[in-house]
Amino acid sequence: MPRISVWMVRTALLYLGIGFTFGALMLWNKGIPTQPSLWRLLQPHIEFLIFGWTLQLAMGVATWILPRFSQPPRYGNLALAWAAFFSLNSGVLLAAFATWQAHAFYGLLGIGRALELLAALFFVAYAWSRVKPLSTIA
Amino acid sequence: MPMLTRYYIKASFIHLLLGLLLGVLLALPTAADVLFAALRPVYLHLIILGWVGQLIIGVMYWMFPKYSPTQPRGNQRLGWAIFVALNGGLLLRAIGEALLSLAPESASGWLLAVSAVLLFAAGWGVVANTWQRVRER
Ligand code: HEM
Repeated sequence: MPRISVWMVRTALLYLGIGFTFGALMLWNKGIPTQPSLWRLLQPHIEFLIFGWTLQLAMGVATWILPRFSQPPRYGNLALAWAAFFSLNSGVLLAAFATWQAHAFYGLLGIGRALELLAALFFVAYAWSRVKPLSTIA
Repeated sequence: MPMLTRYYIKASFIHLLLGLLLGVLLALPTAADVLFAALRPVYLHLIILGWVGQLIIGVMYWMFPKYSPTQPRGNQRLGWAIFVALNGGLLLRAIGEALLSLAPESASGWLLAVSAVLLFAAGWGVVANTWQRVRER
């Protein structure tokens, strides 16, 4: 697995753990009301699990297993994949932080969402040419 | 395909069917509003966690690089414990959310708390059992 995939998949795993933790705190609090402000974790919970975990895992696995090129660089332009990685993670963190505030911080949320969009653009630009038949020359 | 992966995948199909069935029930005009409000998160989580999430976890367990020649899939017992915690947690949540809306005075809150602990453990269990299998080659 290339280094970028290790970073993407391990970061995705961390979001899984933290996203489940947020979910568990809200669920506990729903059953046994403890602290009303725990409900503020709802948007970060969704952000972490949909984009931080699911999307990022898919990006990491795709970078690893999509057909490679027969000539180097065999994984394609990895700079684009790294750009997607940094953009996605800053976007997810900003969006989660913005919505966790008692009064959601809409400017910051917008920037976070724009970074997520940018990440998807980087990743599509990266992966586009690797969606191809397997190369016959090893 | 390891036996545990077959369990994960088949359980994920069952969650998908249950989730879609619940979706139909919630769309019936007779579905009471309170029940709808209570079961909407159950419906969503049956699909996104019980089906999609569980399918991903089962396939990762199968296809990710081997942990070691003797323990290719990491800790197998932990793998099974995660399976039980995930499915038990989802099931308790479904029962707990329904009971909480129909009989708020019952002890159903505890079902949600136990479900929360099970799902929390399942999540970090997946992280622990997968981490070392994600590495450069
Ligand atoms: C792949 C994993 C997951 C995803 C993608 C996910 C996604 C979501 C979404 C989209 C909502 C909003 C639901 C709505 O608007 O009604 C939500 C709510 C919630 N989630 Fe999750 N979730 C995941 C896992 C979990 C886990 C593991 C737990 C518990 C340990 C959990 C606990 C909750 C709770 C308590 C709510 C609030 C429900 C309410 O409004 O009463 N989630 N989640």
